[in-house]
Amino acid sequence: MSLLKPKGVLAVLLTLLISVLPSMVLADELNGADTAWILTSTALVLFMTIPGLSLFYAGLVRNKNVLSVLMQCFAITCMVSVMWLVFVYGLAFGDGGSMNKWIGNLDQLMLGGISRDSMVGSIPESVFSMFQMTFAIITPALIVGAFAERMKFSAMLWFSAIWLVVVYAPVTHWVWGGGWLQDMGLLDFAGGTVVHVNAGVAALVAALVLGPRKGFGKTQMPPHNLTMTVAGAGMLWVGWFGFNAGSALGANGDAGMAMLVTHISAAAGSLAWMAMEWIRHGKPSVLGIVTGMVAGLGTITPASGFVGPAGALLIGLTAGVVCYSVTAFMKHTMKIDDSLDVFPVHGMGGVIGTLLAGVFVGILGGAGLAEGMSMGGQVWVQFVGVASTFVYCGVLSWIILKLVDAVIGLRVSEEEETQGLDLVLHDETGYNL
Amino acid sequence: MKLITAIIKPFKLDDVREALHEIGVKGITVTEVKGFGRQKGHTELYRGAEYVVDFLPKAKLEIGVPADKVEQVIEAIRNAANTGKIGDGKIFVSNLEQTIRIRTGETGPDAL
Repeated sequence: MSLLKPKGVLAVLLTLLISVLPSMVLADELNGADTAWILTSTALVLFMTIPGLSLFYAGLVRNKNVLSVLMQCFAITCMVSVMWLVFVYGLAFGDGGSMNKWIGNLDQLMLGGISRDSMVGSIPESVFSMFQMTFAIITPALIVGAFAERMKFSAMLWFSAIWLVVVYAPVTHWVWGGGWLQDMGLLDFAGGTVVHVNAGVAALVAALVLGPRKGFGKTQMPPHNLTMTVAGAGMLWVGWFGFNAGSALGANGDAGMAMLVTHISAAAGSLAWMAMEWIRHGKPSVLGIVTGMVAGLGTITPASGFVGPAGALLIGLTAGVVCYSVTAFMKHTMKIDDSLDVFPVHGMGGVIGTLLAGVFVGILGGAGLAEGMSMGGQVWVQFVGVASTFVYCGVLSWIILKLVDAVIGLRVSEEEETQGLDLVLHDETGYNL
Repeated sequence: MKLITAIIKPFKLDDVREALHEIGVKGITVTEVKGFGRQKGHTELYRGAEYVVDFLPKAKLEIGVPADKVEQVIEAIRNAANTGKIGDGKIFVSNLEQTIRIRTGETGPDAL
């Protein structure tokens, strides 16, 4: 987030001090414009998960599982909100003292440290915490796409809850909460590592641990309602302005540029994916163009506060081409049933975007490298950020899944899977036509 | 009496209905069906996952007619449903033993 970049050191110090000392003493003056924009952004980012992502995913599954996916996204939203309140906010953004490189603290039980007067930068801490909460909501919700149509609802809740604490909170602390990656100068404006690499890698591991859906590769599993998917995709695009431009944590030039580059990258990613399909398969598909949009958006996310419009165009085009190719590779060569392609779209997008942020920050109208930093040096820092998130998230996600599997089991039975999760897990059907 | 069963392309249904109406056919039964013949199915592609759809949608018409009208009905359906392309469908003709109008109890050709 921009707190943590060009104005760098000062902002970091300020964040740290705020969490240590009574905030009223140090608080910046409250800025009404900044506060209004982050309030708005918070609503936009929540709108991305419910209903945006929920509808996007729901349309992609078979009609017997439509409710299960909507339910998973909705329940994650509720559960993460409560966990954020109880202790996760402090874990992610608190000052961990001697452990601050790695993790925050447990002082923010029930968000007890936040009063009406608490400030982060120029906005109330209540707004900051709430804004960050919406990021903590969408990240586990993204993972749902990998294990859709076969995971038990109870196992999904356990996995998401533990993952939030053990993976999401520490990685967020490393990157935005004053941890070691932030100290190194990692550029991740709105969540290339924290959200997209994190969700993508967890998705890949989940797809591997759970195994493919029954009949994967042998029977047909086409999306049951692409109009729903396209509607959800449109909501994601709009909501992403809150995600990226909101990450400026103010109503300022960074926010404006972030919105512009976000939009350009979404458009470029869409066109690139569409073109790839048109060339390779003879026809442009609507699912292709909207998937390219998500790839373009996910990829610009870490770079959105740092690059210029021309950089964004190149990032979007790269996203469309690379994510398209990786999607095909995962399905046909690796035969991994990451059911709704979370890793190739979000995971790869996060990797490419975080690396390219290091390149385009210095050229083509970017915000400029930090003093004394070379392009090579920055790209190395970006690589360390990606690799450490990748490995940490991968290993921990695997352990959590194995643990939950041992205790309550991850999958429904084959018979239940054939019947569909809506009826088996929720006693409901999506369509009574 | 004969039972004529015609499988046609769905978009030709209105033309066929009009053609039958013009030659005095008083009623038909239509069902949406799927099947395959010489016309191959098609492929659908979702993010690189290719699905071959073998069965194509068709409209099935069932028409009970007096024996002397069979040729006329077949002619009308053929003219109206013909596009000259593969997949135009088929017409089956079979014997119809009896017809009963439920309301009045009339039987035979009177009930058609």
